[in-house]
Parts: sequence; structure tokens; C-alpha cells
Amino acid sequence: MDITSILTPVFILGGMGLIFGGGLAYASQKFAVKIDPRIAAIRDALPGANCGGCGVPGCDGFASAVAEGKAPADGCPVASEEAVKAIASIMGQEVSSGEKMVARVICAGGINNSKESFEYYGIEDCKAANMFKGGSKNCKYGCLGLGTCVKVCPFDAIKISEDRLAVIDPDKCTGCGKCIEECPKNVIAMVPYGQDVHIDCNNKEKGKEVKQKCEVGCIGCQICVKACPFDAIIFEDNLARIDYDKCKNCMVCAQKCPTKAIYANFEKRKKAEIIEEKCIQCTICKKNCPVEAIEGEVKQPHKILEDKCIGCGICEEKCPKGAIRMK
Amino acid sequence: MSAAGLFVILVSGILVNNFVMSRFLGICPFLGVSKQVETAVGMSMAVTFVMTLASIITYLVQYLLLAPLGLEYLQTIAFILVIAALVQFVEMVVQKVSPTLYKALGVYLPLITTNCAVLGVAILNIQSEYNLIETIVNAIGASIGFGLVIILFAGIRERLEIADVPAVFKGFPIALITASLMSMAFLGFAGLV
Repeated sequence: MDITSILTPVFILGGMGLIFGGGLAYASQKFAVKIDPRIAAIRDALPGANCGGCGVPGCDGFASAVAEGKAPADGCPVASEEAVKAIASIMGQEVSSGEKMVARVICAGGINNSKESFEYYGIEDCKAANMFKGGSKNCKYGCLGLGTCVKVCPFDAIKISEDRLAVIDPDKCTGCGKCIEECPKNVIAMVPYGQDVHIDCNNKEKGKEVKQKCEVGCIGCQICVKACPFDAIIFEDNLARIDYDKCKNCMVCAQKCPTKAIYANFEKRKKAEIIEEKCIQCTICKKNCPVEAIEGEVKQPHKILEDKCIGCGICEEKCPKGAIRMK
Repeated sequence: MSAAGLFVILVSGILVNNFVMSRFLGICPFLGVSKQVETAVGMSMAVTFVMTLASIITYLVQYLLLAPLGLEYLQTIAFILVIAALVQFVEMVVQKVSPTLYKALGVYLPLITTNCAVLGVAILNIQSEYNLIETIVNAIGASIGFGLVIILFAGIRERLEIADVPAVFKGFPIALITASLMSMAFLGFAGLV
């Protein structure tokens, strides 16, 4: 065997590679296109899930849309707060950090609470089940719990509970809205992440019918509407709804609701506390307290009645000296 | 060879031995870039350019470099080298000349590198022992054939987009069924040459 039979192909192929490489290097100089460097920077800051939640196909498309000013810097529903800030600083903008919205199943009527009118043995899919008499549950507005939303969730944030209800983990949810599109019952809604009180009922029938079908449904008694100190509950279509802009998470409605259709995590309920050194004993907090949970006269020490305080935080807002904190 | 012979090669490339429909080469871009007629036209133009140039260069590489040195066994890798470099070059040119087309072709432009139709043409030219003129004609025929079916297919898929297709067939399934029907239609040309 001759050594040239090895060397020739090496030189021929190597030479071809060199010539092509040189040609390409020259061409890349000659045909160089200036690309907005911000696009690449924004692209790097994005989560890269290509979920399309922003309305633009893919993260690349969103990055160029932001760079061209066609999309807002906080237009990505999936991006974390830091990512949004990073994108905004790339664009040289300030972003009003709007509250993160997450999806929530507004139904508490699992199989223990809402009876089934027949047993469903069909395809394990809410859309399929919904086609036959609107599903097996008596309540035709509630969650069917067959997991169609679980399948579409790209972030693994939805689980089916033992009670056969879809439950969305707010920490995993990015608010991309895919489950809302898929749910045949329209029982998933976007709620603010920091919201601690929710009306978990979607039934728009009259109270009597709701009562027959589900033990935890909203029967339209409007007790919550009257009980709310902030007029934050709107009643329409036989259903109470929380106005999240007005709601202070005081949880009074959840206490009063006769059917427990309003969910509240009472462990998270805050209490006001007066910082004695800062308090100038002006009684402004007392005048503004919606539930008369503050005692005290001018020039006298103020006191918070813990059993009355609902943790709405109004006194904290109104105190001119910052002498009240919520904890 | 006479003009008639060249014409036969051309018709053979376009219809009878159509690369996509009867040789089943270049299926990836055929399915990938055929959602809109506009991008299909762009793709077929890019393929035409790459195919013709690649055929010429591979012909020269084969008969000036490989054959005299007895290195025919390097054919595949040498040809791929040529095609890869050419595609890179085309990508740069397209990006400079037409950013819209560059955006529309997206990932499929670099995919021409692995478009087996391009390599197929180059190797078939050598196997059929064509001369340089015939090689060029064959490459042009093959790329026109590719362009023809991809544009026809894109037209059909644009219509399918608004057609009432059963949910299970929506998207790729119906596209594949359409492709197979088109392939059967193209079988009708068999025996023409």
C-alpha cells in the first residue's frame, strides 16, 4: 500500500474544505447583514418555550416584535418578573410591573359535592364527555375533572384532585392561557397571583337549582355582596363575582358564605399591628377602619382588636406616620 | 447529443422521474415549506439555484479532481462538502438580498444542505454518465420538477386550510394523504420517456 493513496484524498478533501471555507469567510464579510443586537439579547432573556401565549409565533418572533416596538416588553405571559425587567432594560423602558395573572379552576364541586346523574364510561376527555348531555355531573357549569386541561398544560401545573377536580398550582402556572382555550366548560379563569379569596362557582342558574345540584355552589343569596366592606363583589347572572381591583383579601365574604362557595386561605389572613413609637394618636386609622377594630381617642394609645380585625390593610394605607404594619 | 436528447432529459426530470413524486427524494422541504405558495416559490427558487450550481461544481470535482486521482470512493463526502458550502453561500445572499424571503424560509434554508434531492441529482448525473450540458439540463429539469410539485402542493394545502377537514385529519395527516394522491397522479407519466 502506497502512502500517497492516503495522503492524496487528505489533501484533496482538505484543500476543498479550505477553499470553500475561505470563500464563505469572504462572502460573509461581503454580504454581512446588520441585525439589531437587541433581538438576540431579548431572545436570550425569554423563557424559550415557544408557547405562543404572546400571540406571536415563537419566542424569536416575539423578540423581533419587541425590538421593532410592535409588542410591549411585558407581552410575554410566561416570562418571570426578572425576565420582563431584563427585556425592558434592553429596550430602555420602564415597565409597570403588572400583577402576575394565573389560571384558576372556578369550581369547587368535586364528585363529593356535586352528584353525578349517570356514570360516564366514555373517552377520558372533558370535550368528549361534554358532548354527551354536557357531562355526567348534575351541574352543567362545573369542572368535569377528566384532565383535558392537564394534557395541554405545557408547564405541568395542573393536577386532578382525588375529588376529580382540576387544580392549578399558582406557582407553576405561567398564565399562558392554553387550558382556558381547551376547557369545554369555560370553568377556568385568570386571577391575580396574590389574590387569596376566590368565588369557586361558575353556575349561572337560580339558587334553588344550584342547591339541588351542588353543595358548594353559589346560590345567589347575595350575603357576600352585603357583607363586603369594599363593594368588591358584583352580582350578575345569578352569580357573585369578585372585582379584584377593589378586593382587599379581607375574607369577610368567605366567612359569611352559607354554602362555602367562596374560598379563602384563613391562614394567610393578616392582622394590623400598631408600632407604638411611631403612633401620634391621631385616630385617623380608627375613623377609616371599616369594621371598628381600632380603639382609642386623641392623645390616647390606640389598640387593635384582633378578633375584629379582618386584615384589609386600610389603616396601614391611611396612617400618616406609617405606624401600622400588617403581619 | 442532439437537442431532442436534452429535451428528453428535461421532461424526464420534470415529470417522469420527478424527484419528489417518483424518486421520493427531498420530502422534508416538500412537506415543511409547502404551507404557503409564497414560501414554496422561494424554496423552489433556492433549490433551483443550489441544484444547478451544485451539479456543475460536483461535475467538475468528479471529472477534474476525483476521477483522475482514482478517488471516486470519496464522491459522497466531497459532494456533500460542495453542497454544504453552496447552501451557506445562498443563505448569506438571500439574507442580504431578500430579508423577507430569508424569514419565510427560516430553518428550511439551511436544511437544503441535507436535501437529498440535491445530492441525488449530483450523484445521478455521474451515474448516468451525462456530459456537462446534460448535467446542467438534468439539474434544471429536476429543480423545475421539484418546484412544480412543491408549488402545486402548497396551493392544495392553502385550500385545505380553509376546507372542512375532519378533526383527526387536520394538518399533517391530510397533507400526507394529498401527497400520496399527487404521487399516484405523477405515476401516470411513467413510460413517457
